[in-house]
Amino acid sequence: MKKEIIFELPSPYRDTMRITAFRFGDTDNKDCEKSLAIVGATRGNEHQQMYNCSQIIARLKVLEEEGKIEKGKSIVVIPTVNNFSINVEKRFWAMDNTDINRMFPGYNLGETTQRIAHYVFEYVKDYEFGIHFTSHYRAGKFIPHVRMMHTGYEDTETAKDFGLPYVYVRNSKPYDTTTLNYNWQIWNTKAFSLYIGATARINEDAGKEAVAAVIRFALKQGILKNIDIPNGSESTVIASKNVHSVRNSQAGVLCKCAHVNDYVKSGELLGYILDPYEGTVRQKLTAPINGRVFFTSYGPNEYEGSLIFRMVEEV
Amino acid sequence: MIKKVEVISSTKLPIDETLEIKRCRYQNEVKRGQKRLSVVTGTHGDELEGQYVAYMIAERIQAHPEYLNGIVDIYPATNPLGIDCIERGIPSFDMDMNRVFPGDSHGTMVDIVARDIIESLEGSDLVLDIHASNIFLTEIPQARINVTMGDKLLPIAEKLNLDFLWVHDNATVLESTLCYSLNIRNTPCIVIEAGVGMRITKDYCIQIADGIFNIMKEMGMWLGDDIFKSKIHHPVTTSEENEVYFINAEASGIFVQSAKHSSILKKGDIVGNIVDPLTGTVKSEIKSPCDGLLFTIREYPVVYSGSLIARILGGVK
Repeated sequence: MKKEIIFELPSPYRDTMRITAFRFGDTDNKDCEKSLAIVGATRGNEHQQMYNCSQIIARLKVLEEEGKIEKGKSIVVIPTVNNFSINVEKRFWAMDNTDINRMFPGYNLGETTQRIAHYVFEYVKDYEFGIHFTSHYRAGKFIPHVRMMHTGYEDTETAKDFGLPYVYVRNSKPYDTTTLNYNWQIWNTKAFSLYIGATARINEDAGKEAVAAVIRFALKQGILKNIDIPNGSESTVIASKNVHSVRNSQAGVLCKCAHVNDYVKSGELLGYILDPYEGTVRQKLTAPINGRVFFTSYGPNEYEGSLIFRMVEEV
Repeated sequence: MIKKVEVISSTKLPIDETLEIKRCRYQNEVKRGQKRLSVVTGTHGDELEGQYVAYMIAERIQAHPEYLNGIVDIYPATNPLGIDCIERGIPSFDMDMNRVFPGDSHGTMVDIVARDIIESLEGSDLVLDIHASNIFLTEIPQARINVTMGDKLLPIAEKLNLDFLWVHDNATVLESTLCYSLNIRNTPCIVIEAGVGMRITKDYCIQIADGIFNIMKEMGMWLGDDIFKSKIHHPVTTSEENEVYFINAEASGIFVQSAKHSSILKKGDIVGNIVDPLTGTVKSEIKSPCDGLLFTIREYPVVYSGSLIARILGGVK
């Protein structure tokens, strides 16, 4: 393993911010293939995402010592590109509240977060495969899945190699064009966003699942070798049209009856919105389809029209 | 004259509070086919210059209702929670309100509010979306116009009594703005930007208010001409001769400004220094890269490498 500082940003009042990459494989060989790049937290509350990377680094260290990285292949892991925000518990860049994952491919003469994005992207852009552990704007829990934007470059067959229950191809929105995933795809890296575990809290089992998914994927691509690991799930590919949102028409306190991965029938009760003072039921939330609960909000207080549950059809 | 405060969007918050987006409509008489001007501000909670502009427009209309010929709708706060919490975005959503348009009736509370705002504004003969800068920069009064909409909007913007019209390239993220969403629905909208975040720059507000009455005159919506408080003038527009130069910090530290905002600089003139208060040293001396107008200047002194320090409109003498 080689530890490398890929970008340093002096601060007026704090320590210098350092972005650290961990490289594995035959990295001293110039002709070594840039096989797999993994990026963790781009935001200051993505604790699970950074934890997943730390567990992958720990595992790759051992695998490298055992000679299980294929000759001529290399892997890089960047646990976070934003330790400054993590240290002060801010989701976005603390000085101007900009989101580094809305700054790619970055600009070396631009604003601070554009520069961070630029140097990170320059470092990871030539890899054949890219994995980004990222988070959703809604605080909640998902079924572990690979998420891809419909750009015309997405490769859903390869995404199945993670062995996660779902590969979700969603329609891209205008702001997606500035994310790491989108720009990787534009620059010919096969990019995958992995949603495993929560965001602002660490789930150790989810960390293990993340490690297993990445190892499985790297094995299937011939980057790792001679590792005995369970196959994982047979992934189902779903599109935006297969995912149904359940939103509340009444604001209030959320009380859930259904949980992630539960199979429910159309009309079955998913949860309640309660009056925050009197505890009475303002709204019953029911399943719009027969299917599996794909996402649940953490609540507790919900605005009108909030995304409370997402359900996925049995495809 | 008819004056009416209307709620154009209403949504319940979880605990005993209703979020309402309001507008005040001024109309000389109820008549079909009247021209309609909408003035929108308060999308970013830290931008307050538009609050005083909104007040001044209302004040002048009420002082001379006999001059009004049409409908003027004033929307002072499209992000009332942000203004109230001194937060640029939408509190608790961590989102920029100007990146959620045109909204979605099946979406989140924010999407629904955005949809209501668009529906309320659609059909106006002109929408003026007034922004200040953020807390970091001070700007001269200017309009920002997407190059794809220049032919339609530049002739209008030239009459707004601004100092500068910035015609910029298309960027996909801008498709989520209020301005873009209205223009593609054939409702002409121009973004005005002036001053600095969290403050009111009275002279700039007066200049913008005068510009609004000037365009109302052009549209036949204002029949008087004795209320202008500044001299109506034409702006400079970006072109091959008038190119925008960016100056970003090359060191982290404290920026101390030397050049005066809105002054004309010569190439090599000192814009300011980035200094280190701990060691008492100058970390970076910042010089103008061209002759031109200093239209943007850093207001907030703490800077990182990359922080925007200034923008200069080249070729202005």
